[in-house]
Amino acid sequence: MKRTRRTASVLCLLGAFGAAAAIAQQRSAVEEIERYRAALSDGNPAELWEARGEALWKEKRGPKNASLERCDLGLGPGIVKGAYTVLPRYFADTDKVEDLESRLVTCMVSLQGLTPEQAKKDPFGGPGKKVPMDALVAYVASESRGMKMNVAASHPKEREAYELGKTIFFYRGGTHDFGCVTCHGADAKRIRLQDLPNLTATADAQRAYGGWPAYRVSQGEVRSFQWRLNDCFRQQRFPELEFVSPASIALTMYLAKNANGGVFDAPSIKR
Amino acid sequence: MADPMKIRAAMAGDKVEVKVLMSHEMETGQRKDAKGAVVPAWFIQNVTAQHNGKTVLSAEWGPAVSKNPFLAFRFSGGKPGDKVTITWTDNHGDTRTDEATIS
Repeated sequence: MKRTRRTASVLCLLGAFGAAAAIAQQRSAVEEIERYRAALSDGNPAELWEARGEALWKEKRGPKNASLERCDLGLGPGIVKGAYTVLPRYFADTDKVEDLESRLVTCMVSLQGLTPEQAKKDPFGGPGKKVPMDALVAYVASESRGMKMNVAASHPKEREAYELGKTIFFYRGGTHDFGCVTCHGADAKRIRLQDLPNLTATADAQRAYGGWPAYRVSQGEVRSFQWRLNDCFRQQRFPELEFVSPASIALTMYLAKNANGGVFDAPSIKR
Repeated sequence: MADPMKIRAAMAGDKVEVKVLMSHEMETGQRKDAKGAVVPAWFIQNVTAQHNGKTVLSAEWGPAVSKNPFLAFRFSGGKPGDKVTITWTDNHGDTRTDEATIS
């Protein structure tokens, strides 16, 4: 009897050690991934997209044979520096709240004479398919690197978008009863080895939003924020989030506003 | 036509440190597309680096090198203002040469 109890307590102790070792192993794996990312960031291929985007920005294209250099990204026509930190925002000319991608579509239509369908046709690149949108997004975003996020969200339409985005963020549905909040509503959650940011907490929201667009090593592509949201919807088994749809812009508005004050540090590099 | 490389060349002590980003698909020839057809191999085979016309690095690459490869190396004998030229050639015979000035 006595012996049995002693054995049991020894087993308990072993169990505790085992759990501690597993947690230590988990932490060191996360640290190793951090080291891997730091090593990669020196030669971030996103720079190739930035260079291509800058050339595309200045290139005369479309039926009107015009460049995008007069495009107003929110700080005035042609001002790229810092533009990403104030988007999404309300634009009087379209009477809409627009994020970077939708604003680029607007400029391709108004300045270069493309139809909206042509401008939106290839939103994301893939193997062997380079699209202008990815490159333009990388270029404009790179011009805001090191600056602080400063989304106003004061115009009634901006506030409306923010509230709509918030509703979408907390909305649960689909076959798995998922919402953004399922994965991004609590601290220190992981999916496999990826740390999931808690997007309802300021520090995490700032770091997460400030890290997109990003070069995804596993895909060999620069991915925009529109892509990030589109893929989150796919993982939630939601209907496809249409490129530059009002819902996608509203959700971006909610997340960008929550990241206000955070330093924008993208295009970054991710696994 | 391939996109330009991004080349940085800077003094690191008495040596020159060169960092190069190349834009290339680097298809291994092992992958299949959505229809099940093999995606043909397409990768950089030769890379050379020249300093003032003299070859300082020559490499043979294969399909194990990643897409959009990053190459970093050091060599002796360079000084600020000198030119470093990088050339790659792929298995299609496509080639690209770009130049940078050592800072």
